[in-house]
Amino acid sequence: MKVLACIKRVVDYNVKVRVKADNSGVDLANVKMSMNPFCEIAVEEAVRLKELSIKEGRVATEIVVVSIGPTTAQEQLRTALALGADRAILVESAEDLTSLAVAKLLKAVVDKEQPQLVILGKQAIDSDNNQTGQMLAALTGFGQGTFASKVEVAGDKVAVTREVDGGAQTVSLSLPAIITTDLRLNEPRYASLPNIMKAKKKPLEVLTPDALGVSTASTHSTLKVEAPAARSAGIKVKSVAELVEKLKNEAKVI
Amino acid sequence: MTVLVLAEHDGVGIASATLNTLAAAGQIGADIHLLVAGQGLGSVAQVAAQIAGVAKVLVADNAAYAHQLPENLAPLVAELGAGYSHILAAATSNGKNILPRVAAQLDVDQISEIISVVSADTFTRPIYAGNAIATVQSTAPVKVITVRATGFDPVAAQGGSAAVEAVAAVHDAGTSSFVGEVLAKSDRPELTAAKVVVSGGRGMQNGDNFKYLYALADKLGAGVGASRAAVDAGFVPNDMQVGQTGKIVAPQLYIAVGISGAIQHLAGMKDSRVIVAINKDEEAPIFQVADYGLVADLFDAVPELEQAV
Repeated sequence: MKVLACIKRVVDYNVKVRVKADNSGVDLANVKMSMNPFCEIAVEEAVRLKELSIKEGRVATEIVVVSIGPTTAQEQLRTALALGADRAILVESAEDLTSLAVAKLLKAVVDKEQPQLVILGKQAIDSDNNQTGQMLAALTGFGQGTFASKVEVAGDKVAVTREVDGGAQTVSLSLPAIITTDLRLNEPRYASLPNIMKAKKKPLEVLTPDALGVSTASTHSTLKVEAPAARSAGIKVKSVAELVEKLKNEAKVI
Repeated sequence: MTVLVLAEHDGVGIASATLNTLAAAGQIGADIHLLVAGQGLGSVAQVAAQIAGVAKVLVADNAAYAHQLPENLAPLVAELGAGYSHILAAATSNGKNILPRVAAQLDVDQISEIISVVSADTFTRPIYAGNAIATVQSTAPVKVITVRATGFDPVAAQGGSAAVEAVAAVHDAGTSSFVGEVLAKSDRPELTAAKVVVSGGRGMQNGDNFKYLYALADKLGAGVGASRAAVDAGFVPNDMQVGQTGKIVAPQLYIAVGISGAIQHLAGMKDSRVIVAINKDEEAPIFQVADYGLVADLFDAVPELEQAV
């Protein structure tokens, strides 16, 4: 079984971003960039599926990791290779693409690679769209197991337990299928130094949207990006009694 | 311009988030049709027809639409929705699951989790965990949008008299099937709709200690939430998580107990009207957004608060 894991280079999750003064976007100059946390979980799940299939004596899984983004996204692909992916594909695009454009590019990669399972993060922490996996599922016609907290492959099916508003739901999908990861699917491992060194020798193929024959035109335009309204600083109360008094008489919320 | 709204329901009633979504549809300023899809929908259709402002209720009642599987539902919404100017759904786990699939089938970009309607083609939405607000314009022939419920006041559930029309189209992709579900049971108000929310974090130390929050919540008629740290540590189930990747709440009063206030948690609650923080670490970032902060041991403060309210 071949698994395709999709990753995105985003601003590190610990960074407090600042909006540019001209409201054209968020200032990403000299800001730490990392692999999107949900994508790390996708890579980890792919590696675990491969380890499991080797243990069970089945044909070893090949893990192909793919990213759509700038040249610098090669750093994140190398990280994924160090974590256990076998080879990498970068579809290079300098512009900021919409989720639909990314899904179309991934569809072209899926057509080329013919994986049995495609694993993506449920959302990128920059755009917060939560769309790409579902769109890729629509374009390929595959079933989708979004917000996955458990994945079990058996024969030509995959059982996915999903985190839904009221609790958990399990669906069974025919392979090939699309899965998007929730935070509780697994705990990603760290790359060891020897693996980081080995990853430098693993193959990394660079493609372009043109070479894949995909148009990335969009029906979207971002007119401006602003800082959210700041909350005015509050006060510290000294006792529970004072807190209750303030909530009753000043804020009038209880 | 006619707007199609995909209803979220549990087979008996319409989810409150759909009422907020209908309010957003109303601001787009058009006729509103509500699509109810599922299996065994008799009473839901009647409930839907009474919602204020809905002109028509479309009912797709078929076994293929039970459990809202997106592989079957998305083709239906795309087929019906192609004739509308906008397709809206609440940004619940269901809405997020289905709508991007609809957008891709219609070959248009989707706008996720809008918090305001600027005009019929322009909307605002939070990005970067709510640390920036983007104003987005769409030129798509059909605008596919999910709506953050806390951004809009709900429409009245009563007072309407919509026509009810059956939809015959059946799509069954055969690529997925429902196996089962485990839903958390609670008598407390639903987190996303509660007027008061009491949340606990890592400072609660274990799941048993959440009983202090439940006691306080019951006194206040509040919902109970949690930070990711509390969920990951296994104190409480994940459907209680408030934050960027959990539920978004904006109650009248949010009481954060033993929560440090990481960016990802603030993304889910910083639009609350009044925020109270109880934490023994006076440097905790939560105090920077709290209207009222109390530096105290939560195991003393929470029972005392419960007695006092």
